[in-house]
Amino acid sequence: MTLSAGSGGGAPNVELLDSRGVWRSVEGLLLEVDQLQVEFRTRDGVAKAINGVSFELHEGETLAILGESGSGKSVTAQAIMGILDSPPAFITGGEVRYCGQDILKLSDEDRRRVRGPEISMVFQDALSALNPVFPVGWQIAEMFRKHRGMNKSDSQAQAIRLMQRVQIPGAAQRVKAYPHQFSGGMRQRIMIAMAIALDPAVLIADEPTTALDVTVQAQIMQLLADLQEERKMGLILITHDLGVVADVADRIAVMYAGRIMEQADAFELYAQPGHPYTKGLLDSIPRLDQKGETLAAIGGLPPNLMHIPPGCPFNPRCHYAQDICRVDPPPPLREVAPQRLAACHFSELLLAHSPELEVTQTTEDVEAHLELGLEYPVAQEDLDRGQVIERGDELR
Amino acid sequence: MTDTTDSSLDTTSVVPVTTDAGGGLEAPLQAPAKGEKARSLGTDVWDELRHRPMFWISAALIAFFVLMAAFPQLFTSTDPHLADLSKAREAPSADAWFGRDNQGYDVYARTIYGARASILVGIFATLFVALLGSFVGVIAGYRAGWMDSLFSRIAEIFLGIPLLLGGILFLYVFPNDPLTTPFLVQVGKVALVMGIFGWPTIMRLMRGSVLQVKPNDYVQAARALGASPTRIIGSHILPNSLASVIVVSAINLGAYISVEATLSFLGIGLQPPAISWGIQISEASGIGMIRAAPHMLFFPSLFLSLTVLSFIMMGDVVRDALDPRLR
Amino acid sequence: MGKYIIRRLLQMIPVIIGVTFIIYVAVFALGDPTVGRCGERSCPEGYIAKFRADYNLDKPLIVQYLLYMGNLVQGDLGTNFFGNRVIDELAERWPVTLKLGLMALVIESVIGITAGVLAGIRRGKFIDSLVTVSTLLLISIPIFVIGSFSQLIFGVRLGWFPVTATQGTFYQLIMPAFVLASVSVAYIARLMRTNLSENLRADYVRTAKAKGLTNARTVGVHTLRNSLIAVVTFIGIDIGFLMGGAIVTERIFNINGIGNFLYRSINQKDGTSVVGTIVCLVLIYLVVNLLVDILYGFLDPRISHD
Repeated sequence: MTLSAGSGGGAPNVELLDSRGVWRSVEGLLLEVDQLQVEFRTRDGVAKAINGVSFELHEGETLAILGESGSGKSVTAQAIMGILDSPPAFITGGEVRYCGQDILKLSDEDRRRVRGPEISMVFQDALSALNPVFPVGWQIAEMFRKHRGMNKSDSQAQAIRLMQRVQIPGAAQRVKAYPHQFSGGMRQRIMIAMAIALDPAVLIADEPTTALDVTVQAQIMQLLADLQEERKMGLILITHDLGVVADVADRIAVMYAGRIMEQADAFELYAQPGHPYTKGLLDSIPRLDQKGETLAAIGGLPPNLMHIPPGCPFNPRCHYAQDICRVDPPPPLREVAPQRLAACHFSELLLAHSPELEVTQTTEDVEAHLELGLEYPVAQEDLDRGQVIERGDELR
Repeated sequence: MTDTTDSSLDTTSVVPVTTDAGGGLEAPLQAPAKGEKARSLGTDVWDELRHRPMFWISAALIAFFVLMAAFPQLFTSTDPHLADLSKAREAPSADAWFGRDNQGYDVYARTIYGARASILVGIFATLFVALLGSFVGVIAGYRAGWMDSLFSRIAEIFLGIPLLLGGILFLYVFPNDPLTTPFLVQVGKVALVMGIFGWPTIMRLMRGSVLQVKPNDYVQAARALGASPTRIIGSHILPNSLASVIVVSAINLGAYISVEATLSFLGIGLQPPAISWGIQISEASGIGMIRAAPHMLFFPSLFLSLTVLSFIMMGDVVRDALDPRLR
Repeated sequence: MGKYIIRRLLQMIPVIIGVTFIIYVAVFALGDPTVGRCGERSCPEGYIAKFRADYNLDKPLIVQYLLYMGNLVQGDLGTNFFGNRVIDELAERWPVTLKLGLMALVIESVIGITAGVLAGIRRGKFIDSLVTVSTLLLISIPIFVIGSFSQLIFGVRLGWFPVTATQGTFYQLIMPAFVLASVSVAYIARLMRTNLSENLRADYVRTAKAKGLTNARTVGVHTLRNSLIAVVTFIGIDIGFLMGGAIVTERIFNINGIGNFLYRSINQKDGTSVVGTIVCLVLIYLVVNLLVDILYGFLDPRISHD
């Protein structure tokens, strides 16, 4: 990850951060998000999309941010990148420290210089994320032309090398082709090539495989893993798919209603969830030995971000919710076990499978609320009305 | 222990909840947002429109001119066909508010009565275009195949003739005879001519709409359930397309009024003794006339422009209200 | 790309046939082609008989049409009752109209695109409202009103521009060109504005920002290219507006061009000239649209690179 012009392309660079120039990681800690708050101010009200999100990312680490639509995962990514549309989005609190420096406080121009060369992003739908009227090689080469001042032929040569690195067959010929002439998987590779062009230290992948077939998914995830290993990048993987995350992630942060509910090592999280929401997610994965039983979905729907319930935002749907959960302040994200953070009053009980943990409402109870027409503010409806603007979170 | 099951939609207070001993049903954990109720597209649009001043301005203008067209007597008691040559080209005065024209007619009266031609042509032409265009568009889109190709080709052919040129051609070949053709027939002809060359735009719009909606799952589901094409078109496709057709039609209405005036201006649309703003402006725009009696030009121009403006503004406002991204 | 061009060319052929057929049928089969050729009265029997023989009107429709097309292809648009060949009359007058038209095109493109871009990137601010209101006004006020008033205010009252443009010099054509361009400027500005602000919300713009490109580049290179496509397509239809507008503008400013010729022919009931001119204009319109389609293929690779 040097700044020299020659190395943008394929070969892994062993000489890492010391020669990075301005940006140097702090003992391997690349990115620190600290109590980030983001709100969307719309005509109909203020939607609190992110409510105090904190996490860390180290070199060579893969952090998966897991959550449903409307949980705020894409907004977090965009806030880090600094590409939120403001208005209507406003960052109202917190810091994002890259290599120790709060990039939220940088000038627009400096911020722009961080995007691309230092922190870059891959989006979900490569067809709409790539400009349809320019050849793919041109779009990749643009990184070199604009950030490194390379000329056309050199930058194109780099583009070809990148395309080869991401395993696009016939790269030299296809560098002049247009996005719509590639298959979905190939397009995603092109986006990845564009994102890693300048050897960024942090790569954020926002649902990179959601729009792809399962087999292609696996290939792309493998490619990301390889690239990360090669370049010691920190990878933030944003997804709602538990399956995808299992193989690739080192740590998982589970998001709900703009907050992190739980953060833990991937393996431990799957083995034993420390938060009722995570437990609900894991339980909802259909299993063969459950054949014939009702699927254990989490009842209810995510909250309207303009009217987040007081206390823990998950309490209306939580099987273990008690009075303390329903009043402010919401449970803080705290260490409930070594290397595990969770935002729940009862995490320890949950982790220990303690019989003291009582089920206070079942899925049926939650659903019954909805049945009776007792209006339950619903995120989906507001997404429909365009009030919560979360790019990348399609209406599902 | 308080337990409210009142889901009154107007409360915004948070209701703390408890359970009763048996772990039964609780009240909603917070009341719904203020004013939230089932919203259809119609209610949504109306809500949007209500708050836009442009909507009310254009609605008022449209109402004003439609009233003028329907009941000119409300606005003037002077006979527009009464000419007093001795007072030709008289400037505006207490006697004739907009002055008199080259033949001594009262400009104000003629301007008021001129609204009728414009409004009628606009309405007829727009209705014709909307109905014919929608009908053909829906068939072409829904049936696809050779019918689609055929109708699309035909539409292309008619699109190949610019509206004004086509109007000139047809009205030249089937002219409005100044003395013998009755008013309504003249109006009808002009409207028809615009309809003949205007329907392809709506047809394309409708067809595009149908093609967009047809592959959707809910349409396939309806077909699988045995719904007849009429029902599918009526319940699923039309509501989705209606919005854009309405917007385009409103704007077209303004355009058609403008074209009618242009045709009359060129001497080929409505013929005297029919009264049209286009004819008035035509008579007013020789060089000598402009210098001598600019009021002849000004007032009909003003009314014509305002009428066209009101329809186009309405179309604009409705389109903005329908655009979910602008909310 | 080549395939695309050929396809468009082939698609154009049935349209040309259809259009000319409709015009022919309307004029010669459905209407009375002798209307106006004998002044205000209808024509004497002998004249009609000779007319029908000359114009092959007694032959079957298809044959008539084919003969007419045959003439057309050779450039024979008929001879009016003044004894002049229509094609000659048009040839004499087209340079002025072309000049006027090109000037209008340049004016409307430059002003329209600039205004539209400014309004599009500063949506909701003052410049946006300014552009919205002024385009609304321009679209609503018919071209002959704008023309007459311009003549009155800038020509007669203020004396900044000549009141008529009979010689067709550049200076004389300035005001008429602005008048002709007026409505189209509004359409282009509005189109550009909507298109640009829509495109600014597109995903690829987000990607461009994520790549760390400057705002100027994001708008100027990435978005503009996409928006230009819409504007270019519009220019095709616009030629039709310009043709209609030219008739009015040339009449008002007394320009000796094709539009004025058409206007006078209508007044004089010179049917051959009217029909001939319209056929000529329509064909030009179709050809221009074909060229615009091809240009569109160059600009949008999704269309031409299948």
